[in-house]
Amino acid sequence: MNGISPMRSIMLIGATFLVAYLLALLPGPEWADQFRPNWVGLVLIYWCIAAPRRVGIGTGWLVGIILDLLYGSLLGQHALAMVIIAFIAHKLHLQIRMFPGWQQAATVLVLLVINQLLMLWVKGVIGETATLWPYWTSSIVGMVIWPLVFVILRDVRRRGHIE
Amino acid sequence: MTDLFGKAITRPSSLTRLALLVALSATLMVLDHQGNHLSKIRTTLAVLVYPIQFAAALPVRAGGWVWEMLATEKTLRERNRQLQAEHSALLARLQKLEALEAENTRLRDLLGSAERVADRAMVAELVEVSLEPFTRKIVVDKGSRDEVYVGQPVIDTYGIVGQITEVGVMTSKSTLITDPGHAIPVVLNRNGLRTVVFGTGAFDRVSVPYLTPSADIQEGDLLVSSGMGGNFPPGYPVAQITEIIRDANEAFLKISAKPMARLNYGKEVLLIWPGDRAPHEREF
Repeated sequence: MNGISPMRSIMLIGATFLVAYLLALLPGPEWADQFRPNWVGLVLIYWCIAAPRRVGIGTGWLVGIILDLLYGSLLGQHALAMVIIAFIAHKLHLQIRMFPGWQQAATVLVLLVINQLLMLWVKGVIGETATLWPYWTSSIVGMVIWPLVFVILRDVRRRGHIE
Repeated sequence: MTDLFGKAITRPSSLTRLALLVALSATLMVLDHQGNHLSKIRTTLAVLVYPIQFAAALPVRAGGWVWEMLATEKTLRERNRQLQAEHSALLARLQKLEALEAENTRLRDLLGSAERVADRAMVAELVEVSLEPFTRKIVVDKGSRDEVYVGQPVIDTYGIVGQITEVGVMTSKSTLITDPGHAIPVVLNRNGLRTVVFGTGAFDRVSVPYLTPSADIQEGDLLVSSGMGGNFPPGYPVAQITEIIRDANEAFLKISAKPMARLNYGKEVLLIWPGDRAPHEREF
């Protein structure tokens, strides 16, 4: 602890999630929908790795429920998917931190795919299946954009002295 | 980590918490899916996240304002004239419609069948946010204070758009007919053949499964709502057949159709109260 109140870092982390929600909801053309990365998932993964003392599966669940409310999807659908990836990222945060860049991006891809797979599974159970190949582009875009997200959030973390 | 008295707090292990949260999510999903156990909670919580939705819709809204301010007098005049012309053309058609409606009632009286009550409508504006990819939903700016209800039909000037699936206080979510979880009972306008139109998840295509090769259906046929199932009023255009694939190995035809409503254009939709489900006021 270097004199930074935990309240401030929580606020800062909350603000990054808020930006992620805005990016997720921002209206765009129909064709661009499939290329929209899972912003909220990316931010969650980052904080689970970089600030595991502050962000973990509880945060993951909360973040997912809010996404469910915003999207109007089945309550708990995104929450479940987010909890699982938060758990994995949280468990492996020490390893993932040590990974070289490309390996880290690959791990992020795996996490995002797990997230989408879980949601596909839930949708399959309730009979809302639209399995098209473009469905998975979002995860690939997420992987490609990960280095950028990482650099920006690392900057936020350093400036805010978030441990 | 220690509590107020300096004693170590023993937090449950992360695996236990994971199991708990997963169970909680699963319970919520089951409750949410099985009927509307959670609609109250949902409505309340949705109000809390409304500011995020509002903020996300701001850029487009602001763009609209700027556009309106920059619009020159000439374009406005032009637009006004165009609307004026359209208006008188529609009025002319309406005259004929009224005569037809009267005739229709008379004929129905002769047949002794139930009278159809006219539908009431209200204009709702879209809140420009994009929702979960690969589902087809829209947010409109009318909610329970405008007496919007779950299952209410949503149309535009060209046909049926979808139905309201979640009602908030100020906004509601509508599932479009192209959503993979949506189905709507229809009849073929040409010969009265009854069938069901399913969404596919693509924005410009719906499918018509379960028709056998002997069915009398052609490309270009118009499908209108049949009114069966009770949610949608009968007679509104839904989709037009674009492609019929006859595969001898399949028991059913593979039929694609294009929704009549302009699902990804326009900023306004109409909420309708079919027949006697009219709201007490606000009619036009």
